[in-house]
Amino acid sequence: METGKQVSQGVHAGVSMVVPVSLSARSRILLWILPLSFLIIAFFHPLSRILALTFEPQALTTEHIQLAAHVLLFTFYQAILSTLLTLILGLPAAYLFARYNFHGKSLLRALTAVPFMLPTVVVAAGFSALLGPRGLIHTIFPLSTFQFIGTLSAILLAHVFYNTTIIIRVVGNALSSLDPKLEAAARSLGADSPRVWWHVTLPLLRPALLASTLLVFLFDFTSFGVILLLGGSQFATLEVEIYLRVLRLPDLPLAALLSVIQLVCTILFSILYSRVATRSTIQTNPRSAQSNLRQPKTIREKIALACFIFLLTSFFLLPLSALPFRSFFRVEADRGDRGEVQYGFTTDYYSELFINRRGSIFYVPPIRATVNSLAYAGGTVLFSLLLGFPAAFALARPTRLERILDPLIMLPLGSSAVMLGLGFILSYGAWLTSPLLVPFAHTLVALPFVIRTLQPAIASIPQRLRQAAASLGASPLEVWKNIDLPILRRATLAAGTFAFTISLGEFGATLLISRPEYPTIPVAIERFLSQPGGLNYGQAMAMATILMSLTVASILLIERVRIPGSGEF
Amino acid sequence: MLEIQHIFKGYDGKPILQDVSFLVEVGETVCLLGASGSGKSTLLRIIAGLEDADSGSISFDGRDLSSTPAHLRDFGLVFQDYALFPHLNVSENVAFGLKMRRLPQNEVAERVANSLEMVNLRGFENRQVTDLSGGEQQRVALARVLATRPRLLMFDEPLGALDRTLREDLLNELRSILHQTNIPAIYVTHDQEEAFAMADRILILHGGEIVREGAPADVWANPESAFVARFLGLGNVFEGEVREKLDKKWGVESAFGGFDIACEHEHRKGDHVHLLVRPHSVGKGSNIVQGIVSDVIFQQDRFKLTLDNGLYFYLPSPPKVGERIQVSVKVECLL
Repeated sequence: METGKQVSQGVHAGVSMVVPVSLSARSRILLWILPLSFLIIAFFHPLSRILALTFEPQALTTEHIQLAAHVLLFTFYQAILSTLLTLILGLPAAYLFARYNFHGKSLLRALTAVPFMLPTVVVAAGFSALLGPRGLIHTIFPLSTFQFIGTLSAILLAHVFYNTTIIIRVVGNALSSLDPKLEAAARSLGADSPRVWWHVTLPLLRPALLASTLLVFLFDFTSFGVILLLGGSQFATLEVEIYLRVLRLPDLPLAALLSVIQLVCTILFSILYSRVATRSTIQTNPRSAQSNLRQPKTIREKIALACFIFLLTSFFLLPLSALPFRSFFRVEADRGDRGEVQYGFTTDYYSELFINRRGSIFYVPPIRATVNSLAYAGGTVLFSLLLGFPAAFALARPTRLERILDPLIMLPLGSSAVMLGLGFILSYGAWLTSPLLVPFAHTLVALPFVIRTLQPAIASIPQRLRQAAASLGASPLEVWKNIDLPILRRATLAAGTFAFTISLGEFGATLLISRPEYPTIPVAIERFLSQPGGLNYGQAMAMATILMSLTVASILLIERVRIPGSGEF
Repeated sequence: MLEIQHIFKGYDGKPILQDVSFLVEVGETVCLLGASGSGKSTLLRIIAGLEDADSGSISFDGRDLSSTPAHLRDFGLVFQDYALFPHLNVSENVAFGLKMRRLPQNEVAERVANSLEMVNLRGFENRQVTDLSGGEQQRVALARVLATRPRLLMFDEPLGALDRTLREDLLNELRSILHQTNIPAIYVTHDQEEAFAMADRILILHGGEIVREGAPADVWANPESAFVARFLGLGNVFEGEVREKLDKKWGVESAFGGFDIACEHEHRKGDHVHLLVRPHSVGKGSNIVQGIVSDVIFQQDRFKLTLDNGLYFYLPSPPKVGERIQVSVKVECLL
């Protein structure tokens, strides 16, 4: 590991230089060398290949432009529709959490946040397990004819499932930190409830509303896994169409053109979002949330509240619990038997993962996908920490250099995973057999998160703390050991787990660049789901359950070690 | 005017207000004085209609207000931390109540200008409220309620967040504004100086009950209870036991010696009474206390001396620490 050694030296150089207030220009350059080189190789070079391809004549044909316009229109259409539906569920939910006290509130709030952190394939598998043709609803009501998978509703429902938590968090927080005296003042000045809402509450919430709506829209706009797995290729958004034009109906110039359109759109939305987000902090004196809370009073209020809580709970709990349930629940005839469908408990779907069947869709036992995923995730953790630490150290005490570099570092966040995959294929097609390519791609996705987790932790160590420790008799080494390290250890663990989780669930880029004999868990799930047969379906459920468990375990770990307030984007 | 009758209020079974009744007359300023947690802010919120009492009634000019929501009561409320709308500028804040009353444009403009004039904030119309100092923000809040010409003004610790000199300035302005407008007012504070400066009448609230009510001078002269005397910091408060009746006076024994006390109340032998010895009363009475001087502090125009038994007095000239002294004082009876 030649590179690893160099990187770790870089980290130590950064560490020893962090004690003085500012870093010298030379050490700053040293800190930046590796992260920047990586970005150039893994992001900007592939991006330039995509751009170059876009401006070649075979990309910009009338036919391509017409198709791109059509796809772009549908992408907007589904994103707007999804965002509206998310608002319809999210706003009352935000109000519920901000203003009411009820049993199990924190549990329900945590439940609504789980989907956002789950890999798209798990969410898709969850909805399939509940509403799909082999799902639980169809099993319970075998005669029902409604179709869910392959419809626009499936896409929209999954998007709502995914992003409602953003509205709940952003708008809910704004609502509960609103000074209740402002509303009281408005009332005593003669405003009735609707006018208090219209003239005081709503204007104060507007920035939070705008910011969260834009964020939801951005996620819906760039959604890939959910649309591909629940909608199918007839619902071609930019992301899905890029994927199709790379793997299924190869037309790389068209894929490149679509990527550029996608990138321009997401960058525009991101700029708009960061403008709105910086304005969302006009609140003067936030109150403790406690004073805003109340108990339902009238019977009608109580019934409405109970119904809504029940709706929220079922909406978020059913797909999540249907998945593990279905993975242990047999709904098929015996092997080779065309007779009666059998129901009951089974562990077959799991044990089957360990068998390399002839004629199976893999060349290896499917469980190998888990091993691959864990190995790739380990590599991603390693690479992203090695690259993230020096960058975070430099960014913790920003100079003009860092203010220029910061948006560049965050740029991969704005570009879609499928596009990253396309860039890798265009630039490093010859090395597609290398097992390093996948963790590199994952590192690119994880790096912004890792840096944003480490950076505030490093910046948050006040110089006074080190000075106080020193004045109490601690040597520089002891200061580092007793002050910096304990604080950074938590942040490092959190950042590493972030990278791990992102790598485990990454779907878009991996689908394009992973080799067939080295599938990851999400890729394996996609393949199982796209094949006919109850056994394949069951194995998809089992795989998705494994992935869900791994992710949830990681989330719990992050929540335990996370420093409050860090990891903001 | 405002009539509060038998208000009870509790949270989760814990009583906050217990049988509170009082009147506010035309043009009168009533101060609710009490420590934090005495229920005074809750009482204000109930009068404003922002909270419901468990029982009791509130009426204004003889009309019951229990079914009148806050926004129709026409009572102006000024908060301790101003509660200015951060998304509106100064004049929009002041105009808020007028817009809610759907007044015509020109009248809104005129009243906004008048109110800002009254609180000395002319020229601040287009400033952002978040850019103002604490004192300026409180003036805007005051202008905001004055503009609506409320039937009653209510202040919830309006000067609590301001520093001392600013407090005195604003206090004087408030007094003159209340005097000019003749609007009846309820002023809630925990600061007795503020209360005595503002009030035509003082109500002392303790544990959700009114424990003393009266004009400031009257309350000062006759605290009537050990709690009020201690709360107002009137002087040395201690217990004594009635021993005998002497002519028109009572003989009382205490830890600080025996005293003859003039008291209108009827006592029996063995009754426990609270006594008050004001620190200014040295030389003004016939009772004698003695002790060894343990501390002397210079306080501008006087010296505060503390005796080894805990009593304190104000004297024009200082004795030496360690000296044994004897002073004649007035001892008052507090029931």
